[in-house]
Amino acid sequence: MQQDIEGHAKDYGLDFFPIIYEVLDYKTMHEVAAYGGFPTRYPHWRFGMDYEQLSKGYEFGMQKIYEMVINTNPSYAYLLEGNSLVDQKTVMAHVCGHVDFFKHNYFFSKTNRKMIDGMANHASLVRRHMSRQGQSPVEDFIDVCLSLENLIDPMSPFIAREAKPVEASDKDETTEIPRLRAKQYMDKYINPPEFIEAQRKKQEEEDEKKRTRFPAQPQRDILKFLIDHAPLERWKRDCLEIIRREAYYFAPQAMTKIMNEGWATYWHSKIMTEKAASAAEIIDYADACAGILATSPGRMNPYKLGVELYRHVEQRWNKGQFGREWDQCDEMSAKRDWDRRLGLGRDKVFEVRKLYNDVTFIDEFFTLEFCLEQKFYTFGFNERSGNWEIMSREFAKVKEQMLRSLTNRGQPFIYVEDGNFENRGELLLRHSHEGVDLDMGEARDTLQNLYRVWTRPVSLLTKVDSKGKILRFDDDGFSDRSATIE
Amino acid sequence: MSQKIDLDQRRFRQIIRGKIKQNLRKYISHGEMIARKGQKTVAIPLPQVNIPHFRHGGKQQGGVGQGDGEEGDAIGQGEAQPGAGEAGDRPGEHMVEVDVTLDELAEILGEELQLPRIEPKGAERIIAHKDRYTGIRSTGPESLKHFRRTYKQALKRQISTGTYDPNNPIIVPIRDDKRYRSWKTEPLPQSNAVIIYMMDVSGSMGDEQKEIVRIESFWLDTWLRSQYEGIESRYIIHDAMAKEVDRDTFFSTRESGGTMISSAFKLCAKLIEDEYPPEEWNIYPFHFSDGDNWSVDDTVTCVELLRNRILPAVNLFCYGQVESPYGSGQFIKDLQEHFGEEQKVVTSEIKGKEAIMDSIRDFLGKGK
Repeated sequence: MQQDIEGHAKDYGLDFFPIIYEVLDYKTMHEVAAYGGFPTRYPHWRFGMDYEQLSKGYEFGMQKIYEMVINTNPSYAYLLEGNSLVDQKTVMAHVCGHVDFFKHNYFFSKTNRKMIDGMANHASLVRRHMSRQGQSPVEDFIDVCLSLENLIDPMSPFIAREAKPVEASDKDETTEIPRLRAKQYMDKYINPPEFIEAQRKKQEEEDEKKRTRFPAQPQRDILKFLIDHAPLERWKRDCLEIIRREAYYFAPQAMTKIMNEGWATYWHSKIMTEKAASAAEIIDYADACAGILATSPGRMNPYKLGVELYRHVEQRWNKGQFGREWDQCDEMSAKRDWDRRLGLGRDKVFEVRKLYNDVTFIDEFFTLEFCLEQKFYTFGFNERSGNWEIMSREFAKVKEQMLRSLTNRGQPFIYVEDGNFENRGELLLRHSHEGVDLDMGEARDTLQNLYRVWTRPVSLLTKVDSKGKILRFDDDGFSDRSATIE
Repeated sequence: MSQKIDLDQRRFRQIIRGKIKQNLRKYISHGEMIARKGQKTVAIPLPQVNIPHFRHGGKQQGGVGQGDGEEGDAIGQGEAQPGAGEAGDRPGEHMVEVDVTLDELAEILGEELQLPRIEPKGAERIIAHKDRYTGIRSTGPESLKHFRRTYKQALKRQISTGTYDPNNPIIVPIRDDKRYRSWKTEPLPQSNAVIIYMMDVSGSMGDEQKEIVRIESFWLDTWLRSQYEGIESRYIIHDAMAKEVDRDTFFSTRESGGTMISSAFKLCAKLIEDEYPPEEWNIYPFHFSDGDNWSVDDTVTCVELLRNRILPAVNLFCYGQVESPYGSGQFIKDLQEHFGEEQKVVTSEIKGKEAIMDSIRDFLGKGK
C-alpha cells in the first residue's frame, strides 16, 4: 500500500526522502506526539503535560491524531493503529506531501536531517548533567531556558556571516582633530587651544563609544548572545545550547504551518480522489476530510486556508490570471471570465512550495477575490458587549490582521540593544513595538528568568499604552520607569 | 507497559498537585471548575502549566476567521480568547476543555483526590429482603415448572438407562424428572443517602463566598451521587433563623441578618429525626459559613446539638469555613476545640476557589 501511494505521489511530481512508517497504538502515539515526533527527548515535565492533554483529549473523544511525521532523512511517520484503511491511505498521501515540503522548501534547507540522533544526544547530555547536578537544578534551569526559547532569529541561518568587526584602532594613533579654517598667523585666535582641547575630548568620547558599543549591532538571536557572553557554568551553557538548537530546528515549521498543511492536504486530496480511493472508500474519506477542514468561527484553520490558497493559485496560473495586465484590469466581469488557458498552475504551485513561507505566501497570493470567495473576516473583542465579534470584511484589514498574526510566528521582536548598559555590565533589551503591547505579567517573569541567566540586572525597553517604559529586574526585584522610545 | 513518558508525566502531575516546584504554582491554570452543565455533561479544563514568554498581550489581539456573518455578529462569549491559528510543531491551545458525563466526573474526582469508596452503612443490619427466583428444587406447583431443566433431567435419565434413541429423539419426562423454580431470599443492603446542605446566608456571606459554596457542593453532590443508588438532598439556609428551601433558592438567596448557627443545627436535627431514620439512611450534613457566630452561648448550643442529636445519627458531619472579610472565623476553632478527636467531625477552611479541591479531599478522604 505504501508503494502504491508513493507511486502515485511520484507520478504527480512529488519528490521526497524515503519514508519509514510505524504503526502505533494510541498510547504510544500520544507519547511520540508529546515528544514532538521523536522517540526520545530530554526528561522534562512539559512532555508529561503534553502527553496528558493529548491522552485526555483522545479518551474523551475530543480529538484524534491521524498522523505524525518528522523532518528527517529518512523521514519517520507514524500511523494510528485501529484507523480504517481509508484513513491510513489518506494519511500516507498526506505524509508524502509533508516530506516533499520538508525536502524542498527553502526555509527547511538548513535544518539538521539527522535530528533523531541530535535529540537522542541532547537527551543523554541532559541526563548526564542531571546525574551530576541533581534533577531539580537542571530541570529548573531548563524551565528558565524554555521561557526564553522564542528569542531567536529565524532568518539567521540564511544570512551570510558578517565580516568580523574592525578591531579598535590603537589609542596612540593621532586622529585628525577638526579645526576651523584659518590662516596660520590667525590660527591662535580662531582655533584657540581651549577649543582644540574641547574638540579633542569630543572626538575621544565618540571613539570610545564606538569601540565599546556592544553588541555592535542590535542582535535578535538573544540566546546566542547569552551563550557567548553570560557567565554560565558549563552545564548551564549546554542546556541553553540544546534549547537553542532545538528552537532553530523547529522554527521553519512554525514559519510555514499554513503552507505545509495546505500542501499536504492538497496532495492527499488529489491522490485520494483521483487515484487511490475506491468507490466504497470515497465517502468515508470525504467524511474524515470534512472534519479536518472544518472552519469554526473564532479560528483560522491552516489546513483549509493552505489548500484553498494553493488551489486558487493553481487556477489563476492555469487561466493566466496574473501579471501586469491582470493587475491593471479594473472590470470585475472581465476578471471573472479571464481565461488564457495557460495551464501553468501545476508548475506554479511547485515553485511556490519551494520559495515561500507563510508570510510571503499570504502577502503575495491572498487577493481580494480570494478573501471574498472564502468569506474571511477580522474579529475582535468588544468591551461593551463582552463578546468576540466580527469586525470587518474589508480586504485590507483582513490581510493586515492575518499578516500581523503570522509575522515572526506571532511573536514580538526583541533585540539585545546593549550588553553593557549603564556601563555596569547590565543587559538592555529592546522591544520593537509594532502596535501591540507585551503581556506585562509574563514579561516580568521572563525578565526574571533572563536575570537568572545573565546574573546582572536586565532591562527591557518597550511601550505600554503608547508610553515608553523600561522594565527592569535586578537584585531588588522588579521595577519600571518611563523612558523615551521612538 | 511502562513508557518513557511516564516519568515526565508523573513529574507534571506532581507539579500540578503543588507538591513540588512551588514557584510554578502560580502558572497553574485550572480555570473554572464548572463551565457548563448541558444535559449530562460538564466541561472541565485540563490543568496546564504555562511557562512565561515575551509575548503579545491579549488586549489588542483579535484574529481572522472564516465563515458567514455580518459585522457586529458575536462569535464567542466572554473572556475566553479563541486561538488564532497557533503556529508551532504541535497543535496547542491555551485552555483545553473536555466534556464529560457526571459519572465519569465522579470517577475522576475519586481518582484525583484518592477518595476511598464509601461503605454503605448498615451492612450488618439487614432490613430489606428480596426474593429472587434463581433456585431449583424437585417439588413445587406446576406454575413454577422449569421446562428446560425438566427435559434435561429426562434426557440424562434416558441416556443412562439406554432408552434414548438418537434416530428417534423423543423424550418423555416422568414425575421424578420434573424440576421447579424456587426462590432465594437475598438480603438487600440499603444504600440510601441524604445530604443536608446548610449555608449561612447572613450579611457577611457575599457572592464570591456563595460561589465557592456552590462549586463545592456541586462536586460533593456529584461524588456522593456516584456512590449511592438513590440520594436525596435537602437544603437549609440560615441567618438568625433557619428554614428549609429548594435548591435554587439555596444558591441565590441574598439574606442579611445576624448569625445563629444553632438554628440551622436544630432544624437539621429535627429533619433527621422526622424523616431519616439513621438505620436506613446514610446522612451527610454539610455546613458552610464564614465562622462568625452570634455569641458564645449560641456556639455552646451548637456543640450540644451536635454531640447529642446530630452526631450519633450521621455518617459524617462536615463544616466548611469560607473566608470572608467580615467574618471572624471563630466557629471553626470552636468546633476543633470540642470535636478535635471525633472522627465523625471534619472541618475545613476554604480560602478560595483553588482550595476547593483540597477541602473536598478533607471531607471525603476517610471513606465514611
